[in-house]
Amino acid sequence: MVHIKRLQEEGADIIAVIGEIDASSSIELDLAIAKSVGEGFRKILVDCSALEYISSAGLGVFMSYIEEFKDKNVTMVLFGMKEKVMNTFTILGLADLLHIRNDRQEAKQLANELSV
Amino acid sequence: MNYQYSIGCSLTNLKGIRDFIRTSLKGHGVPEVEVSAIVLALDEMCSNLMIHAHHCNPDHLLELHIEADNGRTFVFEIIDDGELFDINSFQTPGLDNLVHEKRKGGLGIRLVKSIMDSVEYFNKNGKNICRLTKTVQ
Repeated sequence: MVHIKRLQEEGADIIAVIGEIDASSSIELDLAIAKSVGEGFRKILVDCSALEYISSAGLGVFMSYIEEFKDKNVTMVLFGMKEKVMNTFTILGLADLLHIRNDRQEAKQLANELSV
Repeated sequence: MNYQYSIGCSLTNLKGIRDFIRTSLKGHGVPEVEVSAIVLALDEMCSNLMIHAHHCNPDHLLELHIEADNGRTFVFEIIDDGELFDINSFQTPGLDNLVHEKRKGGLGIRLVKSIMDSVEYFNKNGKNICRLTKTVQ
């Protein structure tokens, strides 16, 4: 079960992911990101501070946008991940393919730097 | 100690599977980070079976057994009577391929193989048994 909230701050779309993302709920994350891209946001920050669990279905959603974001000059930064969630990204070596920061401030800063 | 759980092949039941594994491992001194990894591996295996072998039919059942009486080695079995879904017969896709093909699947198999010490399949009394073992520190 996952809840997704979106809010906009300083031109960035912040997607807060609350709860657990598995094969039954990853579609909601996918829809939220697709909506953000569709609305023309170039800076997408994913707030993972209330994300308790993610399986490969959720990781696959993030992975599937990497190429599209390169083409469209969209920057996505994930932040606030708990250690147990971060561990899932690390096992697969995804931490090197995605932009991940500790907190919102660092995430905003990186998004600003990368979207110049 | 042995633990058992039986559940229909609906993806909305994955949470129940995760809770069952967490509850079963409680009291066995498994570090939190290892519990999370094991929960993840079993979630991946069960969701693969539900999707590929049972087409998410909630009337089809998966049975889970956990054997926790071999010291630090835990044996997890997923028992079903669907089509055999042997992840050892699938190639583990490279991350580069997944990114280029914008694929959302294929990562689960990598996770299971990275987390568990072994993944075996065999048939017993007409049932498929997927046995995963993990020795924890």
